[in-house]
Amino acid sequence: MRTALGRMRGANNEGLLLAVILAVAVAMSIASPAFFTPGTFFALVRSSMVPLVFALGVLLIMISGGIDVSFPAIAIFAAYTTVKWSVDGNLDPGLVLIFVIAMVVGGLLGLFNGVVIARFRLPTLIVTLGTQTIYKGILLTYIGSLYISASGLPKSITTLSDVHLWDVPGGGYLHFMIIPVVLVAVLIAWMLRWTLFGRSIYAIGGDAEAARRVGIRVVRTQVWLYTLVGALAALGGVVYVVLGKNANPQSIVGTELDIIAAVVLGGASIFGGRGSVVGTVLGVVLVQLINNNLVLVGIPSTWQRAAVGMLLLLGVTVQAFGRVRSRKRPVIVQKEVEA
Amino acid sequence: MTVVAQPVLEVRNVVKTYGGVHALKSVSISLLAGEVHCVAGENGSGKSTLIKIISGVERPDSGSISIGGSERSHLTPNEAIRSGVQVIYQDFSLFPNLTAAENIAMLSELAKRQKFSSRKRIYEDADRIVRELGLKIDLGADVENLSVADRQLVAICRALVGDAKVLIMDEPTTALTHTEVDRLFTIVRRLQDRGVAIMFVSHKLDEVLQIAQRLTILRNGELIESGPSSDYSRHSIAKAMTGRDVSEERLVEPLDPDAPLLLDVRNLTRFGDFQNIDLQLRAGEILGITGLLGSGRSEIAEAVFGIRPAQSGEVIVAGRAHKIGSIRDAVKAGIGYVPEDRLTQGLFLDVSIADNMVASSLDSYRTKFRLLDRKRIRESIADLFKRLRIQAPNVTAVVRSLSGGNAQRVVLAKWLDRKPSILVLNGPTVGVDIGSKEEILAILREQAAGGMGIIVISDDIPELVSSCHRILIVHEGRIVSELVGDDIHAGEIQKRLAA
Repeated sequence: MRTALGRMRGANNEGLLLAVILAVAVAMSIASPAFFTPGTFFALVRSSMVPLVFALGVLLIMISGGIDVSFPAIAIFAAYTTVKWSVDGNLDPGLVLIFVIAMVVGGLLGLFNGVVIARFRLPTLIVTLGTQTIYKGILLTYIGSLYISASGLPKSITTLSDVHLWDVPGGGYLHFMIIPVVLVAVLIAWMLRWTLFGRSIYAIGGDAEAARRVGIRVVRTQVWLYTLVGALAALGGVVYVVLGKNANPQSIVGTELDIIAAVVLGGASIFGGRGSVVGTVLGVVLVQLINNNLVLVGIPSTWQRAAVGMLLLLGVTVQAFGRVRSRKRPVIVQKEVEA
Repeated sequence: MTVVAQPVLEVRNVVKTYGGVHALKSVSISLLAGEVHCVAGENGSGKSTLIKIISGVERPDSGSISIGGSERSHLTPNEAIRSGVQVIYQDFSLFPNLTAAENIAMLSELAKRQKFSSRKRIYEDADRIVRELGLKIDLGADVENLSVADRQLVAICRALVGDAKVLIMDEPTTALTHTEVDRLFTIVRRLQDRGVAIMFVSHKLDEVLQIAQRLTILRNGELIESGPSSDYSRHSIAKAMTGRDVSEERLVEPLDPDAPLLLDVRNLTRFGDFQNIDLQLRAGEILGITGLLGSGRSEIAEAVFGIRPAQSGEVIVAGRAHKIGSIRDAVKAGIGYVPEDRLTQGLFLDVSIADNMVASSLDSYRTKFRLLDRKRIRESIADLFKRLRIQAPNVTAVVRSLSGGNAQRVVLAKWLDRKPSILVLNGPTVGVDIGSKEEILAILREQAAGGMGIIVISDDIPELVSSCHRILIVHEGRIVSELVGDDIHAGEIQKRLAA
């Protein structure tokens, strides 16, 4: 009985989170008849896509024992720069190349984060806080600070903006970009579970010194990790531009809290070593559910920020209690054996 | 046992200095297949440096290491691993968030330069070594949920899952109880039969004599003696380690029969941990509490100090009943506690000795304007520093830089500065070398002679014998027997513990 319940709960409280999401959805359905429609559902999916890509990056960093707040700056830097180059050069490199260029730019910015953090063993929060501002500053000063509207974007992007995978009868649609987003999520889940690189990230998050001692090349792994996360942020940035059909250098930066809250709610440990893709997906969905629909049930939108903040605290609290419980466990086990 | 003439690993004339200080002065040691070679020495004798050089973490200034027939000036960590050198660190260096199986297999996966990880292969590899060693470990459990003894078994399995030729065990018994130590020794003997060369680093004399065939003793970075362990006795090892005679007999001053009752605990109970605990402590008395790990001995101490309060029962301090519901209550009642895990629970590691000493008693240094009286603080610090004979350049050194024995003295100083009437110490000399241990116990006896009541919770039988007036034995959360006066000797305690 206890173990069955424990399994439903999931290794990182995923089951619990799913139950919370369902409870919130039921409550909202009761509060507002407008909630329970396909339109609401697909709007939720659509608004979760970009945050999910970012959240996956944050998840990876958090598992390794760090925290990254520079990803929004990297995302918009890479996406805006790529778009700007295409516009200025008056050429449309095509979708694939746009994604590739953006991800190379993002990867380079991530590489810089990684080198500074791993080489000099500096606290990740402070380093990424610094680079976030640096990247945004460089973007606004040297690349551009002007809003690029749909008419100014490369044709390949605006065309993609309107590609729907499925128009749902009764309102709502599934955007084409869901495909790369899901693909990335699956790829990262696979990487974390089945590659030695993925397991090394968990190991480093568990105990970096122990990782060094068993022969994991910690510095190298971390540098690769930050590069990967930079590229991932860039991917999210381009998806953002595609979905929004505009490129605004002032956007995205400032959404860190929502993403970090989602990842923490998803069960990733802020102390490193724990976290899963499934949990992160659920965390993102919960945060977006709250963000999108509070207004619908009659709560003023000004409450949104407070609600997300409270969710973050809730997530950390649940983790803290989980820790106490797991630390107490061995004593009890031993008692049972002795008795 | 196999007899092999050629050593598996040989270290010759290794010298290592740290900023002008000699950590090792021309030390040589050779490890033979199937032999347990103990390296004994006090803290700071160079044991850890020697381990670091063999495992490739540190590079020696001069000298050579030969392994598998080839001689070189130094090893890198990966070369050491590939040549079959494995170290089981004192802190085990495991990943708390990963399963036992993954912890065991990680090293060989890395050594084989695998790109992909397979849960099945990992489990099979781990299971093979666990069965080969005849152990029982829950391979699917996360390491953070395992007991200390099981964690050590995981660390041993990890070291042996590859083809280890040389196994270095750094203070492997520090966290284990007697039964667990016995089990460890059985495994060590099994490894010997497999032809593994074992370097067993310890400062526990009984264990050294029990397990080793050869013995090397270091002191201050110098090799003092080396030879077959049958040539040694507890006494001669202790003498070689410390450079002086060490006595182990009872050093207890008789207790004044009229000494007032300081602490009276009645019927203390917390379900699942301990039940109906009655204990009395008189002024000037040193009371030992012992029992196996998990017997509830630490839990009782934690309840008396309010860390995890008891559910029912009375605590009477100097005739007045106190409700101990929190640490604050206990401190107010005049109880002090030196925790088991001094490094995480007792000290601010990156703060100076001086600040640590007064950290918990700052309130008593207020002037009438509620400001801190710096002069009085300085005086207390200087006095404690001298009284506890802390070995450090000065009081501004950070605690992290101190050896185990000295760090423990800082914890003691911190509590003595609060001038508690009752001091509870949990494993006061765990991880402390013989010289420091003697001095710490002497300090406790001194404090007791001055009228303080002291409770020592310990696994270390010689320590209990040398310093306690009375010993209580805890089993499954109950006090099962009491030893007083002449009944207190090592054999009797061991007998009662096993019962």
